[in-house]
Amino acid sequence: MPPDPLSRRRLLQAMLAVSGGMVLPAHPAPAPLLSRPILSSGEHIPVIGLGSWITFNVGRDPQARAECQAVMRQFFAGGGRLIDSSPMYGSAQDVIGEALQAIKPVRLFSADKVWISGGARGVQQIEASRRLWRVPRFDLLQVHNLLSWEEHLKTLLAMKKEGRLRYVGITTSEGRRHDEIEKIMASQPIDVVQVSYNALDREVEQRILPLARERRIGVIVNRPFRQGDLTQALAGKPLPGWGAEIGCTTWAQALLKFIVSHPAVTCAIPATSSVAHVRENLLAGTGRMPDEALRKRIAQDVERLA
Amino acid sequence: MSEWWTYSLSDFLMFSSRSYYRLFALYNEALWPAHLLAIAVGVVVIGCIAVAQHKTYRIAALILAISWAWVAWAYHLERYADINTAGPYFAAAFALQALLLCVAALRPRATPPARAKQLVALWFAALAVLAYPLLALATDREWLQAEVFGMAPDPTVVATLAVLLAWRAHWHLWLIPVAWCLASGATLMELGVGFAWLPPAAAIFVVAAGLFFRRLKQAS
Repeated sequence: MPPDPLSRRRLLQAMLAVSGGMVLPAHPAPAPLLSRPILSSGEHIPVIGLGSWITFNVGRDPQARAECQAVMRQFFAGGGRLIDSSPMYGSAQDVIGEALQAIKPVRLFSADKVWISGGARGVQQIEASRRLWRVPRFDLLQVHNLLSWEEHLKTLLAMKKEGRLRYVGITTSEGRRHDEIEKIMASQPIDVVQVSYNALDREVEQRILPLARERRIGVIVNRPFRQGDLTQALAGKPLPGWGAEIGCTTWAQALLKFIVSHPAVTCAIPATSSVAHVRENLLAGTGRMPDEALRKRIAQDVERLA
Repeated sequence: MSEWWTYSLSDFLMFSSRSYYRLFALYNEALWPAHLLAIAVGVVVIGCIAVAQHKTYRIAALILAISWAWVAWAYHLERYADINTAGPYFAAAFALQALLLCVAALRPRATPPARAKQLVALWFAALAVLAYPLLALATDREWLQAEVFGMAPDPTVVATLAVLLAWRAHWHLWLIPVAWCLASGATLMELGVGFAWLPPAAAIFVVAAGLFFRRLKQAS
């Protein structure tokens, strides 16, 4: 339901934003970011998360690390919680860990992956990842691209049982191995599945998203912009009139609203190295969301223009 | 990796062009002014091709061996591995090539080149040593991000191809340089940067030139 634009809460928020802006111009007051429950527990997480593929793999470059830290600072200031990474992402885990140490966010939701052949090596990799993140434990661990998934799932489910992990998941990207993903979703007690989904790549709408709802599995969406290709293809093309109806000023926001408005989706994890883009992405998690008819229209317009 | 055919080159590219060239900037910053020495040594390699004697082949092969070993350690292992999980494997390949060049320097079997072949080799050596650092400016990068012979992989490998062509080196010395040129070209193309075609084009041209001159010699 769209929020009442004249509600007392919004008026107070606007006043706070204005008065806060006078004192702290660098960080505007957090917008009311929508959240969705992880169905297996009921815990709410904001619909916009932060990915780290490529953008946070900056090696030891102090300048780039400071920029990543600024991105994360803005993300948390804007109400974001879930950050996703993987041992496959080069130096990203260490960059995140260093930034977390500096920012000390109150409400982090740490999501990482295990990506290695063999169960025993997976245990070592998880511990190495945890140290790089500099966190006492992960909130969510996912088996990355289903690599050695039988062995790793056993490890992760045991960790969850022992209280060393809160949620267990599996991931894929770009439509790979969906049959196997479905089988695991139907047979294993996982909390989260991570898949690629955007206005052009909608295969998951057919079976995976309905199955996720049926099995009460949360859905994290990667590649919301097709790694930037989608926003690049739409750059310079005016946003159709429906953009204003759902409070979007950019294609990136419209693309994100399309994703997170799907009832089965828990959150999307756009990756960026730009503070301005984090702000823009977080705005997509606020305000009115497209209904089913508008979602279809967005998909049609993106297909036509991209 | 299952369903390997569904993966494209872009799926393996795990860093941005900005991170890639910032790596060179930090590397160059840390080692300046060693670049002047590296270019001077590169000019010696060009001189070795120009003089074209057994002794100069040994000198060129030794300089290249040291350069490959340096790039293996200082670039691939110490820096590139930070952003590319394949970095240690590239380091191992470069170290192996350094060893092969060392052996080639100690036991030269090469024959001095014909004039035309020597000129082609000289042209490629000059490209590697003198023109490669200028590519940074031609592609709107900063000076700090320049790739210098003996320190960065691409110009080192192109200069090596020139030396291998000049002295008709054994085929096993060509494998790693040619493979690197193809891998580097693929990486640069995926990054969408200018002159991405240069390393693979250099490898293809030098190998083709080598085969051409060989056939020419056999025919005569």
